[in-house]
Amino acid sequence: MHVVASLGADEDLIAIDRVFLHERTGSVALRSLAASGRRVADPGRVFAVTDHIVDTLPGRTGTRVPGGSAFLEATREETRKAGIRLFDVEDPDQGIVHVISPELAIVLPGATLVCPDSHSCSQGAFGALAWGIGSTEAEHAMATGTLRVTRPKTMRVRFTGRPGPGVTAKDMALALIAAHGAGGGKGHAIEFAGEAVSALDLEGRLTLCNMAAEFGAMTAFIAPDETVFAYLKGRRYAPTGPGWEKALAAWRALVTDPGAVFDREIVIDAGTITPMVSWGVSPQQSAPITTCVPAAPGPESAVERALDYMGLVPGQPLIGTPIDAAFIGSCTNSRIADLRRVAAIVQGRHVAPGIAAIIVPGSSAVRRAAEAEGLDRIFTEAGFDWRMSGCSLCFYAGGDGFAPGARVISSTNRNFEGRQGPGVRTHIASPETVAASALAGAIADPRDWAPRADTGARELAAGAEAR
Amino acid sequence: MSAFPPVPRVSGVAAPLLRANVDTDAIIPSREIKGVGKTGLAEGLFAGWRYLQPGSREPDPDFVLNDPAFAAAPILLAGENFGCGSSREHAVWALHEYGVRAVIAPSFAPIFRGNCVTNGIIPVVLDAPAILALAATGNPVTIDLLARTVTSGDVTAPFAIDAEASAMLAQGLDAIDLTLQHVDAISAFHTADRTARPWIYLEPQS
Ligand code: SF4
Repeated sequence: MHVVASLGADEDLIAIDRVFLHERTGSVALRSLAASGRRVADPGRVFAVTDHIVDTLPGRTGTRVPGGSAFLEATREETRKAGIRLFDVEDPDQGIVHVISPELAIVLPGATLVCPDSHSCSQGAFGALAWGIGSTEAEHAMATGTLRVTRPKTMRVRFTGRPGPGVTAKDMALALIAAHGAGGGKGHAIEFAGEAVSALDLEGRLTLCNMAAEFGAMTAFIAPDETVFAYLKGRRYAPTGPGWEKALAAWRALVTDPGAVFDREIVIDAGTITPMVSWGVSPQQSAPITTCVPAAPGPESAVERALDYMGLVPGQPLIGTPIDAAFIGSCTNSRIADLRRVAAIVQGRHVAPGIAAIIVPGSSAVRRAAEAEGLDRIFTEAGFDWRMSGCSLCFYAGGDGFAPGARVISSTNRNFEGRQGPGVRTHIASPETVAASALAGAIADPRDWAPRADTGARELAAGAEAR
Repeated sequence: MSAFPPVPRVSGVAAPLLRANVDTDAIIPSREIKGVGKTGLAEGLFAGWRYLQPGSREPDPDFVLNDPAFAAAPILLAGENFGCGSSREHAVWALHEYGVRAVIAPSFAPIFRGNCVTNGIIPVVLDAPAILALAATGNPVTIDLLARTVTSGDVTAPFAIDAEASAMLAQGLDAIDLTLQHVDAISAFHTADRTARPWIYLEPQS
């Protein structure tokens, strides 16, 4: 329904409903667009945020990334000139782009949303068609209100059954990528479906769709349901009054035809998934946490190179691998539901000696909500650093970072070489696994660190379930 | 306006970088992106592998582009899922500024592939054995976009590329200019869509 014109056998000109920019890539797009003498066609449907390189230490004013101020200043200047709404460092709505877009109902079911950021597919959790583009394409989208899009192939990934305790959307995603490869979804738009997906809260759905970027997919989405509509109602940019009723009727019609045929179909029994952790330098190099580091098929192989970088030996159990740091944050896992589950595990316990443990809320709104519930006190009493919102240590831009060679367990999405700093060894896992590992001082199975009955954490977790 | 010099044909040595899943942060580490622009990036290309220490400029002799035979290669031979990771277009700008005009890989990450097409780098998809064969010949490699072939010595391999990408690369066309030819269709769409989906249209309110 977004096709403006056909551009040949496999390409269409597609109307773009929302463009979201961040300071790292959006500033370049805005500068370049202005330099070409072109205008932003409809600035009311373009939004921008400073999240990628902003400082996340309390009392922050800007960025500590060398040269980073130029990106903040360019974003401020160009959004002002173009009339684009910017959520800047001090804004109460500031946060990671894929966290605040849903919070403000900028993403809507059935809408097309693009952002020069590879994890834009997260927002498909709302039944939107959301995907990541380059800066030049962002200029195109702003100047014309459209993009030239090659029709993707379609894939349905169905998670049947229910995952066991301690198994989250992150583990479902890592299990999929480990089984089918980091390029397994390439060229495809993926629909996530099945009982285990419908049962996820919106935070979990965002996590699952977020990781589609690590599966090589163009985008991913989940058919919108009443959970989505209830979440959006009353939020800042959601329609109101009769407009809401009209939108709701249209959104309810956005279901996949039961007889739809996909180019590819994958079925995974969620009941067989266990907590997962990565051991290598690609998300596909992940395994059930209870297993051992695999053997390399030969010298010079990708596995051998990965193990060399990661400082791991084939056959060594993943559980018990000592860590130096634990990080909970990023657009994958830093929403309020993630933080509640972490609090339930760490309440009344303490981070192991010598471990740097950091929690960065995904948005300023998440931070406020966590503080209103007292989660920040649980975290700091357990020995975690509690920070301001932003992308933070999800990636290394030259400011904040871990030491070379440090082993970090992280709730983020990428374990690439150097992603969290030169020489840093990243293991990606669910927030629960990161929390348990921080307490243990080594990679730990979250199922061995159940909330303690004597601390009220069970009630906290139960309360989170009910919400 | 022309977006970049047209690349109907690329000829020269092909540097083998045959690892799978080379991500855009390996192509240009975020810490090497120092200015709000598309230039000044070639020096940071593959910095983590090309230089011995992070931030240093001391060449690592083991890295392929530090081999004098490949230092000026206009073509890269790569592994599958090349350009995965961050959407940063700086990866393509850095490659282009360094002098790379084509990458041959079994598969590309989709955003990276699109960025190649908008910036004058030909993304050539060949299967892994064909790429190994090219690496083995050691000959200069020629990519002919119009004939859709890669040749090196007696090896000739055909490749597929969609007509639009091919035309844009061969002629250095600017996609925005092409799209603005559809301006009437775009405004007709918006007129109808405002009635059908009024909730999509927001007042400017910065
Ligand atoms: S949190 Fe990490 S993955 Fe997400 S948008 Fe920020 S840098 Fe990218």
